[in-house]
Amino acid sequence: MIQLRDVTKRYGAKTVVDRLSFTARPGQVTGFLGPNGAGKSTTMRMVVGLDAPTSGEALVNGKRYAEHAAPLQEIGVLLEAKAVHPGRTAVSHLLSLARTHGIPRRRVDQVIDMAGLSAVAGKRVGGFSLGMGQRLGIAAALLGDPGVVMLDEPVNGLDPEGVLWVRNLLAGLAAEGRTVMLSSHLMSETALIADHLVVIGRGRLLADSGVDELVAQFAGGGVKVATGDPAALRTVLAGPGVTVTSTAAEELLVSGRSAREIGLAAAAYGVPLFELTPQTVSLEEAFMTLTRDAVEYSAGLPSAALQEATR
Amino acid sequence: MSTYRLSARGILYGEWTKFSSLRSSWITTAAATVLLVAFGVVASAAFDGRTMDAVGLALAGNNLAALAVGVLGVLLAAGEYSTGMIRSTLAAVPSRLPVLWSKSLIVGGTALVTMTIGAFAAFALGSPLLHDGIAALGLGDDGVLRSLFGAGLYLGLVAVLGVGLGALLRSSAGAIAVLAAVLLIVPGLAGLLPSSWGEAISPYLPTNAGGAIMSLHHVDGTLGPGTGLAIFAGYVAAVLVAAAYRLRKADA
Repeated sequence: MIQLRDVTKRYGAKTVVDRLSFTARPGQVTGFLGPNGAGKSTTMRMVVGLDAPTSGEALVNGKRYAEHAAPLQEIGVLLEAKAVHPGRTAVSHLLSLARTHGIPRRRVDQVIDMAGLSAVAGKRVGGFSLGMGQRLGIAAALLGDPGVVMLDEPVNGLDPEGVLWVRNLLAGLAAEGRTVMLSSHLMSETALIADHLVVIGRGRLLADSGVDELVAQFAGGGVKVATGDPAALRTVLAGPGVTVTSTAAEELLVSGRSAREIGLAAAAYGVPLFELTPQTVSLEEAFMTLTRDAVEYSAGLPSAALQEATR
Repeated sequence: MSTYRLSARGILYGEWTKFSSLRSSWITTAAATVLLVAFGVVASAAFDGRTMDAVGLALAGNNLAALAVGVLGVLLAAGEYSTGMIRSTLAAVPSRLPVLWSKSLIVGGTALVTMTIGAFAAFALGSPLLHDGIAALGLGDDGVLRSLFGAGLYLGLVAVLGVGLGALLRSSAGAIAVLAAVLLIVPGLAGLLPSSWGEAISPYLPTNAGGAIMSLHHVDGTLGPGTGLAIFAGYVAAVLVAAAYRLRKADA
């Protein structure tokens, strides 16, 4: 289990993580989402004590990371693909970490095999592709057979086969009752693996809920109606809890009424309809809506144009 | 499920694995040994009969060997920061400081052993080249063993200084620059001071203090062998403490 309690991290005047609290629980995959620069990596670094929180605390299985007798057995982390000396072979790299904890050579060979690196185990890491580096990082995370696995952008640089491998691996680890947390800036991809989503933007918590709840929360997109007589339709549909907005000359966006109700009402009053489309929201749209105000580096689009683009 | 445990011994073994699995470690160690032996032999062969003794000649390469073993220490410590390896290292050893002690022990120990062997080899190979036995000495003569073992000790400490500088500055280039300045430039600066100051300060400069252990006879204006080495060890300890403070307090 990973617990963050009111964690804040400031670098000088810049607040990178802002009173962040959430929990990643055993037996499920927690997706940790946010746009680039949202503070995901910093948060993960604080969990394993590489960065010290300015205030608040990050706990792994109820204790601060450094207080554990065998840290690598509590939590395995992939922080950056290349947290490795390029002059060392994959085996030497893993052995140098394993030996700190008395982890046997057998286990090193096991994780190399698991990561599909057997053929290059004796090769120097400097020549590895991004994908192979990721696999080595994941192998290192699994070294201590940890109860918690935390991976920063694990599918970054992996080919489709590799992505599938990570997905199955993580699902398997969670099924064994382990805590799995992975970060990403791609919501749709993460939703395929994760049971639970934690979304942050500018270091603040934006959402902490199940995947389905999050989608449902943003699914109330209303119904798009095209009609020859928008004024008449407005009158017909008016009522408590109903809002009608005009999106174009012959188009209305109606919320508070289902497509069926709108169609029946229009037929009863003889208002011609050309189109009747319930607006659904994709995960990616939900994510962008959620993080719109918290995007650290936008492409310089005016926000109205950005909103339009996400429709 | 097996139970693992982070231990001081494990950390030392892990650091040894890191050291021994890098080609640069062995190349630098070999370079230091070759420099020490080759310069000793060449100096002995070229000796023209004035002011030097067999030990001083055999250890003529000590300054270059010091640079090489210092670089060895720098590379092991600062190399972790330039490659990103430090994050893997500190995620495995969140208590951090044992990593610094282990690196110091391993680099210091390796330099101590290889440089002691190198000093004896330079003496053994160089002595027969001295003509007419003007300055020739045997291992049994006063101070010879102390000087040769002392060379190993001094160079071992220089390697630890390299680790300290590398961990403190977190940059190979920066740490090597400071190391080279301490070993090669600072000794010359004393000569620029007014002579009364220079004479007072000179014995306490790092290389002069540390070098006292290698000098066969006590020379006026230098420290005794034990005192000199102790003062040099103090400098090394101070750098190491500063490095430990930064390692402990700063984000990795």
